[in-house]
Amino acid sequence: MKRWILGLCAALLTMSQLAHAELELVITEGVDSARPIGIIPFQWEGGGAAPVDMASVIASDLRRSGKFSPVAPNAMPQTPTSEADINYAAWTALGVDALVTGSVSKNADGNYVINYQLIDVVRGQLTNGESRGLEDGKLVQTSDHVLLNNRATVRTNRLRQYAHRISDVVYEKLTGEKGAFLTRISYVVIDDNSDYPYQLRIADYDGYNEQLVLKSKQPLMSPSWSPDGNKLAYVSFENQQSQIFIMDITNGTREMVASFPRHNGSPRFSPDGKKLAMVLSKSGSLQVYVMDLQTKAMKQVTDGRANNTEAFWDPSGQSMIFTSDRGGKPQIYRVNLADGSTERLTWQGSQNLGGQLTPDGRYLVMVNRSDSGYNIAKQDLKTGAVQILTKTFLDESPSIAPNGGMVIYSSVNNKSNELSLVSIDGRFKARLPATSGRVRAPSWGPFL
Amino acid sequence: MQLNKVLKGLAIALPMFTLAACSSTDSTDSSAAQTNTGAGTTGSETTVVTPVDSGSAAMSEQEIRNQQLRQEQTVYFQFDNAEIQASYQAMLEAHAEYLRNNSGVKIVVEGHADERGTPEYNIALGERRANAVAKYLQALGVSSSQISIVSYGEEKPLVLGHTDADYAKNRRSVLVY
Repeated sequence: MKRWILGLCAALLTMSQLAHAELELVITEGVDSARPIGIIPFQWEGGGAAPVDMASVIASDLRRSGKFSPVAPNAMPQTPTSEADINYAAWTALGVDALVTGSVSKNADGNYVINYQLIDVVRGQLTNGESRGLEDGKLVQTSDHVLLNNRATVRTNRLRQYAHRISDVVYEKLTGEKGAFLTRISYVVIDDNSDYPYQLRIADYDGYNEQLVLKSKQPLMSPSWSPDGNKLAYVSFENQQSQIFIMDITNGTREMVASFPRHNGSPRFSPDGKKLAMVLSKSGSLQVYVMDLQTKAMKQVTDGRANNTEAFWDPSGQSMIFTSDRGGKPQIYRVNLADGSTERLTWQGSQNLGGQLTPDGRYLVMVNRSDSGYNIAKQDLKTGAVQILTKTFLDESPSIAPNGGMVIYSSVNNKSNELSLVSIDGRFKARLPATSGRVRAPSWGPFL
Repeated sequence: MQLNKVLKGLAIALPMFTLAACSSTDSTDSSAAQTNTGAGTTGSETTVVTPVDSGSAAMSEQEIRNQQLRQEQTVYFQFDNAEIQASYQAMLEAHAEYLRNNSGVKIVVEGHADERGTPEYNIALGERRANAVAKYLQALGVSSSQISIVSYGEEKPLVLGHTDADYAKNRRSVLVY
């Protein structure tokens, strides 16, 4: 109890909005074959400048998926504000087959009202925007070229997040896959000039709306989200040893869940959120355990003299992958939680560590060590094929977006650590350079 | 001649020192003082007196040297390796002696890794190094209850750099009193 209070003093608890975006997303490698799309600047129906450039946020989101190539505003043939004004031929000439239009206005309550449409340009050109169909035996105008026509009312400070929401809806309509633009990331910033150099922060996936969650004089490691997005499990050295905490980020309360002798690390919520996988070295080497968060009962998953760490749950919750040096160098294994049977998954590269599974369970994403260094790689668990996704330096801590489309990870650039993004096919790459401090241990949160 | 004297002195003092380290300190210290004064009072045969005299001088030199050695608190390691190199023997022996003689003193042995690899796996490398130092001290007679170990992995680098020389400085174990 005393230590707990001491810990609270050592790690100052804050939930404050930082003044400026600490991270800024910079695209380093695009995709030539991405699908052209027109995101027309939203019409701002109010005084002064628009509070958020919605179209720009949406265009950036879609570009970062690696699947779309939004037309730059100055290259647009027209900026129609209503569907009736669209010159379909002008857009098809650019190869654009989809347009997003919209408007933002302020209502009497001070909230923003957003209208937006997704237009199928090819269908629109074919029907001249006047498609007809049979309804109740009568021929009526169906406007089936309008794929989406939505309206929403959002609070002032949620406008930018709502742009991510539009990106998600548009992305899903056009690709059939869920978008992961309305998601958050957590990460650790190490600012050597601060009195509390180790800082746990969260932000929108693109680095905006950054919030400081916790700062400490001692290292913070391995933040990891609960499936509901309300909690973070992480490792703190605030009491001169590693301990695992779970923090409710909605109200800032913290609970210490593991403080065994030696290392307490690598926390991971189970897919149902009821259990926490963790790694303890009280037996003399690192071993994977599972804690029932309700009863606090512990179950040991791995044993032996070798180190077993970095447990990651299979989406089914039935098995786990983990890193083990039982064969000498660290490689990734899978353990069946029902019977404990274990198989080695990785065979290419002198080391494979930090394994994560895509939400569909199809791919293993990991840090692969080869002659080219430590890079993020993807292994197809059906075929065994391995693809190295990145060319950055000393990559670590990969974390996969909840739709499986992107991987965020930490790497070294210009003598500092920064976050980078790579699409799961390796074709699109971006950096999230920080304005101050070294940024490490990213964790991509669930869908909001 | 002077060097020779010191060497002779060391030849006598070192076994005595080892003995002293094994038994209770107070008694050996006082017996050494007795020998010293005893030799001084006899006086007439310098050849007899001299080795004893320089022997006691060498012992205090050794004592000073141990103190200096204890100022050194960091053991560095090879890449992906937790083996303690021979060059750290004297320094670890000095720490062990102090800890044996002061059984109430507790230390934390920190283990650190360079930045290559993943943070959680580097905890294993740091822990192996801390463990190697802890085991070494225990083999020299330090009680396990005086030693606790903490691995920081790659979280607390001594230097921020990406050369082999930088990495070598970060692969370390530190004795913290």
